[in-house]
Amino acid sequence: MNWQLLPQFAITGILNGGPVALIALGIVLIFKSSEIFNFAHGQMLLIGTMSTWWFAAEEGMGLPLWLAVICAMGVSVLLGLLIERVTLRPMTGQPLLSIILMTLALGQVLQGLTILTFGTTQRNFPVFFSITDPYKLSLPFQYNGNPIVVILRQNLVWTFVIAIICVVVLWLFFQFTHTGLSMRATAEDHETAQSVGIRINRVFGISWAIAGLIATIGGILIATASGLDLSLSIVALIAFPAVLLGGLESIPGAVIGGLLIGLVQGLVALPTNDFFLGPAVAQAIRNSTEIVPYIILLIVLVIRPDGLFGQKRIERI
Amino acid sequence: MLKINNIEVIYSDVVLVLRGISLEVNQGQIVALLGANGAGKTTTLKAISGLLLREDGAVTRGGIEFEGQMLGSMQPEEITRSGIVQVLEGRRLFRHLSVEENLITGALFRNASNRVIKQDLEEVYDYFPPLREYRHRTSGYLSGGEQQMVVIGRALMAKPKLMLLDEPSVGLAPLLVQNIFEIIQRINQEAGVAILLVEQNANVALQIAETAYVMETGRIVMDGPSDQLAENADIKEFYLGLTQVGERKSYRDVKHYKRRKRWLG
Repeated sequence: MNWQLLPQFAITGILNGGPVALIALGIVLIFKSSEIFNFAHGQMLLIGTMSTWWFAAEEGMGLPLWLAVICAMGVSVLLGLLIERVTLRPMTGQPLLSIILMTLALGQVLQGLTILTFGTTQRNFPVFFSITDPYKLSLPFQYNGNPIVVILRQNLVWTFVIAIICVVVLWLFFQFTHTGLSMRATAEDHETAQSVGIRINRVFGISWAIAGLIATIGGILIATASGLDLSLSIVALIAFPAVLLGGLESIPGAVIGGLLIGLVQGLVALPTNDFFLGPAVAQAIRNSTEIVPYIILLIVLVIRPDGLFGQKRIERI
Repeated sequence: MLKINNIEVIYSDVVLVLRGISLEVNQGQIVALLGANGAGKTTTLKAISGLLLREDGAVTRGGIEFEGQMLGSMQPEEITRSGIVQVLEGRRLFRHLSVEENLITGALFRNASNRVIKQDLEEVYDYFPPLREYRHRTSGYLSGGEQQMVVIGRALMAKPKLMLLDEPSVGLAPLLVQNIFEIIQRINQEAGVAILLVEQNANVALQIAETAYVMETGRIVMDGPSDQLAENADIKEFYLGLTQVGERKSYRDVKHYKRRKRWLG
């Protein structure tokens, strides 16, 4: 084990988890308001990010970057509203499973539409932050007499900061605005919400619009780091274990789930060839970045079926 | 104010639940709707509030008129916005929200300013003083009586013209029932809210109601001013549990079956 790199990998991992947390939040949002697990979230993210590229790129509209981002956010809000209005509202009252399977189909359709519109080539996504000039963070610890310095790409730090700001803004929105309150009320009980005069269809629409919006932000944050092609919708799948890990209904759960998954993915890079189980195992662990979130997920769900922060059902006996 | 004209309600296109109900609630009145389990009281309320639509029920005949406007197939949230608020049976709170948040949800559709909402909250706390103390608690952990206060308070926050109360006495201790019903009466008198009260506890309901209707198997079998109904021999026996004291009673005299039959006629 290369202990000197532990803080480096841990911090990088957590920072990588920021966008994951944001994407996970979008899934939680829709699940909370309508009990639908949105399998099309990755594709919503892909479309939002692709349109950002299109608005900004020379081959597309060639808009300044900030304007491109705003336009793409508009597109994703419209997409969210459209999905809710056209595909989900007519399904109201149908068994939940059919609706959930429909989101799966919807994901494939959106993926196909993206291929038709934008093609399959890898795109150069605009880079927001300087790549050449990383931040150096000296920790107040020493290892074998050497001070521990963590090197962080600017990009990584700022995507994390933006993701966390979005999460906080959303939380404030839920906690302190009337729209947020009507969303939380609808999440608990549709019939009672209607009986107090909340227009629940509008609440669903808002949920999908916000989910589309934050999916796009999450997608942009990921794409600035790793480039943009169709696999982005698969990359976003990493948010699924984050959601389940945290508990489907919990906003703090989604955030902690996202960060935890980032952390674990960072830490698996740690074992070196002097690992106590031998070099072969070390190699296997290093290669397991993609599956380790799901392994953790399995373990957590076996111990706590509602996830780490799943809503405790309030039952009075 | 509210006029129900001979409505028929069918669930899932086959189950006939209400067979011609007519009733009327006037401005500022408390009207009680009595009857045993399964008589169709809750269905009547849901027909008014529109929540029937959620359960695959439909009004297939007759009409419901509120302040001169036919409610027809309006969505429940729109009916609430027009001034009819239903307090659902079984103390349906938003359990994970605090007491105050629950109350505020009742006022959301009015787009009122925070200042107005604060005033309305104070008004509700004046009716239900214990809620002021528990305002920041998670409502799901309150006792049954306090939860009933929250749901009635939440309905009050909507500034309704008509409140539909579905069995507010269920599962509460007698003293609390008395307390809640006194507050219902105060709400009626002070805020001028008309109330349609569904109850199995005929005793308390008849005390505060002006007029009352008795339902059986989807029909109204009796109606009138509540003091007259309270004197009615059948009501006394079936709903108030009163018989002449000190006399032995043979089952032949009760003729329970026959007398019910007569109502149905």
